Amino acid sequence: MSIATKKNTAPDPSLKIVQDATCTFCGCVCDDIDLSVKDDHIVEAKRACVLGKSWFFNHHTDTRPNCLISGQPATIADGVERAAQILAGAKYPIIYGLSDTTCEAQRVAVGIGDWIGGNVDTTTSVCHGPSGMAFQGVGEVTCSLGEIANRGDLIIFWGSNPAESHPRHFTKYSLMPKGMFLPNGRKDRTCVLVDVRKTKSAKAADIFLQIKPRKDFEALWVLRALAQGLELDAASIEDETGVPLSAWQDLMDRMKRAKFGVILFGMGLTMTRGKHLNSEAVLALVRDMNAYTRFVAKPMRGHGNVTGADNVVSWQTGYPFGVNLSRGYPRFNPGEYTTADTLARGEADAAMIIASDPMANFSQAARTRLAAIPYIALDPKETPTTRAATVAFTTATYGINTPGTVYRMDDVPIPLRPAFDSPHPSDFEVLSQLERRVKQLKAAVRIG
Amino acid sequence: MSETFILIPGRTSKQGCGISEGKFTEGYQSEINLLQVSPRDMQRLALAEGERVRLTSETGAIEVAVTAAKGDELPPGLLFIAYGDLSSRLMGGDTHGSGMPTSKGLDVVLEKIG
Repeated sequence: MSIATKKNTAPDPSLKIVQDATCTFCGCVCDDIDLSVKDDHIVEAKRACVLGKSWFFNHHTDTRPNCLISGQPATIADGVERAAQILAGAKYPIIYGLSDTTCEAQRVAVGIGDWIGGNVDTTTSVCHGPSGMAFQGVGEVTCSLGEIANRGDLIIFWGSNPAESHPRHFTKYSLMPKGMFLPNGRKDRTCVLVDVRKTKSAKAADIFLQIKPRKDFEALWVLRALAQGLELDAASIEDETGVPLSAWQDLMDRMKRAKFGVILFGMGLTMTRGKHLNSEAVLALVRDMNAYTRFVAKPMRGHGNVTGADNVVSWQTGYPFGVNLSRGYPRFNPGEYTTADTLARGEADAAMIIASDPMANFSQAARTRLAAIPYIALDPKETPTTRAATVAFTTATYGINTPGTVYRMDDVPIPLRPAFDSPHPSDFEVLSQLERRVKQLKAAVRIG
Repeated sequence: MSETFILIPGRTSKQGCGISEGKFTEGYQSEINLLQVSPRDMQRLALAEGERVRLTSETGAIEVAVTAAKGDELPPGLLFIAYGDLSSRLMGGDTHGSGMPTSKGLDVVLEKIG
């Protein structure tokens, strides 16, 4: 080893090393990232993917004020007071977002929703909300990502593009790992991609089936029919799905031969016409397959703690999203209590948006309503939503500045190991102060 | 000239990185303001790289620059755009009782501008 190399490997004493830090950018929640931190900058993120590196390298301290009221700098106390007055005085307040914050903060947000008798909804409703509805209709034959790594010999990605949205999924969980029952790793697995586009994920697949757009439901029911051994008309199946019947039959034969089959499905199903019926078709197919072999399904979850949001809202209300608390007990009704609807229909008269950006991601009708009502926004970054908020809190970044718990996409809870302190309060701190003040205001109304 | 296509908004690596870099940065904005068209459709419609087109859905309209999709990523008749402000302007407010606006597989009319 040369002297120059030795110098390069000597640890820099000014760097703080955080081992096994957790990346909260996507639902993979990789917890094996080694960070090198210099002051309030992360300068290295070992093992992080391109999305993870961008996450860690771009969340140094934001110089914006902790709080803005109508665009003017304010103290956190004044912001909390104004926010509490808005929420406590509203007739139909809504709380939305929550998928990029800790479970601890989510829990407090649900508490506030209960006190103000409002809606609690998360970005799940515009992500895998339809799958959440399908779980209730069909059930979920499921497993952890660890089981997929150790057992999954047939991996089907349907309507998801992990090469761009979950870059380490292949290497860490689904394709490359040498598992307990798959000693040769990738060689012991077959990977199938079903999509309307030949995405970058197609390179990782052994078989790519390009179906016609908006024909996922039909294609999944072709497979359900083939699982039952029904005879189908080849010409109409190809015409309907864009894929020859022989290719579907080949896939079904592989599915029956597999020892442990997996369908990992994405928003290609949930965001396309049919929505929860598309997800139901996946879950029903997987249920059917268990008559022949072990088969599981998992939704590919996007945001770092969107799975935690489902879990926390479910613990507290019994439902995963789209919950109304106005009667003093929880009611669940997607389409009625979900945020895309309450805003677009002009029903909500105040809002609190936590770690999400509906002013960029919602329909024009929903944005117009949100811009017309008083609302509070909590976000580490400046976004179209924070810019138009009545009260905007700049908060610390979860996982980089604050500890707490998040859930990986397979419902496994994972602790956060922060890299450096932030001058901004955490979501948990702001929401806890807000909950205390909302309680006081609501208690005063009840007593009065 | 105008023609109906099916639009698929979705994630890209650049769009994902752009969220962390900041939504007002050039990198994020350029990614969400770029429409991918299959090379065959580009040629058939005589669209040049970077040329701006108007996309109109049932509920909204946007103007956006086009680029040829790489290789055979997109079949003819399909368009792709990274999720963002522009793609959301083409979504309707109705969720058909699901909570989820139809956000992929949107019917859109593509027109050349000028």
